[in-house]
Amino acid sequence: MALLEVENLVKHFPVRGGLMNRVIKQVHAVNGVSFSVDKGEIVGIVGESGCGKSTLGKLIVRLLEATAGAVKFDGHDITHSSPSALLPFRRRMQMIFQDPHASLNPRMTVGAAVREVLAFHQIAARGELNTKLDELFTQVGVNTDSKEKYPHEFSGGQKQRVGIARALAVNPEFIIADEPVSALDVSIQAQVLNVLMDLKAEFNLTMLFISHDLKVIDHFCDRMLVMYLGFVVEEMPCQDIHADALHPYTRALLGANPVSDPDKRSELTVLEGEVPSPYNPPQGCPFATRCDLVTDQCRQEMPPLVELDAGHRVACWEVNKTPEPITAAEV
Amino acid sequence: MTTSEALLTVNNLSVGFHTDRGDVTAIEDVSFEVRAGEILGIVGESGCGKSVTSRSIMRLLPKRNSFIGPQSEIQFDGHNLAHADERTMRSIRGDRIAMIFQEPMTALNPVFTIGWQLDEALKYHTTLDKSQRHQRAIEMLKAVEIPNPELRYHEYPHQLSGGMRQRVVIAMALCCDPELLIADEPTTALDVTIQAQILRLMDQLRRKTKTAVVLITHDLGVIAQICDRVIVMYAGQIVETAAVRSLFKRPQHPYTKALLESIPKTGREQHQTRLPTIEGIVPSLFELPAGCRFQDRCEFRQQQCVDQEPQLGEEVDGRKVRCFFPLSEA
Repeated sequence: MALLEVENLVKHFPVRGGLMNRVIKQVHAVNGVSFSVDKGEIVGIVGESGCGKSTLGKLIVRLLEATAGAVKFDGHDITHSSPSALLPFRRRMQMIFQDPHASLNPRMTVGAAVREVLAFHQIAARGELNTKLDELFTQVGVNTDSKEKYPHEFSGGQKQRVGIARALAVNPEFIIADEPVSALDVSIQAQVLNVLMDLKAEFNLTMLFISHDLKVIDHFCDRMLVMYLGFVVEEMPCQDIHADALHPYTRALLGANPVSDPDKRSELTVLEGEVPSPYNPPQGCPFATRCDLVTDQCRQEMPPLVELDAGHRVACWEVNKTPEPITAAEV
Repeated sequence: MTTSEALLTVNNLSVGFHTDRGDVTAIEDVSFEVRAGEILGIVGESGCGKSVTSRSIMRLLPKRNSFIGPQSEIQFDGHNLAHADERTMRSIRGDRIAMIFQEPMTALNPVFTIGWQLDEALKYHTTLDKSQRHQRAIEMLKAVEIPNPELRYHEYPHQLSGGMRQRVVIAMALCCDPELLIADEPTTALDVTIQAQILRLMDQLRRKTKTAVVLITHDLGVIAQICDRVIVMYAGQIVETAAVRSLFKRPQHPYTKALLESIPKTGREQHQTRLPTIEGIVPSLFELPAGCRFQDRCEFRQQQCVDQEPQLGEEVDGRKVRCFFPLSEA
């Protein structure tokens, strides 16, 4: 059953300037994204900087207001809920951010930072705060003796664990993790991914995992969405993405990722052409300027996301017509 | 053992810093050499001393609070850069040894056009006249595959994308035909598709011009992709150095092995399995343990590792390991 449904979500950021500070153009950050996340599922969102993946995450938890479209959580449309109506949902969905240092208050001990959440959401009574805190820190692997230390006394990986403890404090069902391991060294990255994996198993958490690192997404997620210029270009299960990926952009991303094996060294895929401006996305396929399969149709018409296999959707005119003749009309 | 002579030889380099908590040694007993046309990778986690190593070669560390050990040698064409004066350094820096940094935006001056900045480097390091310099700058922009170089010459850094900026920085670093290029995390701030462009470019350059490259990165994928030899650093020391193939196939230091294993693997069998991790964290340079610096995180620790500090071993088949119990071939 779908816990989160996103329907046709659009976000435009106005750019002001010129005389009278008028809106002169719009950045099209997210362009009609639809997907759903089932209970207990980990869905990855992958794409390069500026593809709209973080904006999408913030739209879902309402840190940003959508221009159009809807976000439904557990069947409730929360796109335009008032702050007070949103509060119960805030308790059920939490966010983990990329920079663990910036997301913790440097003047608050890590214990106080988590206790604040517990007290605000009335998760634990005053007398039980510390017991609950110890429990949380143990779960994420932070030494309970270091509760009264300040963030600067911790390493990056430890700070990220505190960030995770803070998100878990309200017993959420759903977590959006925005590049949670990107700032960490590879050995620490593995530790944090393992913590997330254990927590997922223990609490049957549902997760939206945003990352630019295809290797991490591939390893960690059940399903992934590939974004390009605010559009979802491919949605697929993460069983064997090297074999299954079809969209030329996903394939290019895979080909550009160096393999950690000197024997499999091969020419890295290098994309030619320029990324179109997000101010006025092209009429046709957003990837048309860099794609080697490009045709006239691609330049003129935006390809729809077409389901080719169970759970595998691709937005590409060329790919959609090659394997099986499925036309846009069937969607 | 080697076919060509070393271009740069680093011997026994140690570098320390004066801090409020007393002096601290950031890197210790670092020795290696780089040959023409070779890409040497230096890999390690944050704080392991890889950037300090590269900056000491260029002598870019702050004089006020850093010091290079008296025994340290950085031999480059008859000069010992470790103790060279500023005049010697100026004749080498940018001219014969060039460096590129992680963040291409901060390496470029935002108020001058990229053409102006390229021209400045050429004015300083060459005897070319104005039109020759212009020609050379355009040539360099073409060499790094900047489209419309004539047009881009007159643009400012903010008008270029991140990948293009990094290519301009590389063009600038290469405009005086350096013999050695030091690249400190050149692709870390870039997307993978842009990273692929930059890596391809560096590979082409060393083939064409025989420029030696010291590539500093934390990304083992990048190392596997383009390096010939690798140095693995941990807590300020070299723990293992070997040719890239044998390092990835048969790591001998437990840290190298653990580092390689903690990379998320692709493919069906490995999907959503727990990743092997290195428990614990890198020790603080102020509280280094006696004995092996990796002992607290090592799964193969023995009493000797606690009591004695291992030295970097003798070279065997192009490999050196700092471990009492190097892993044998499994």
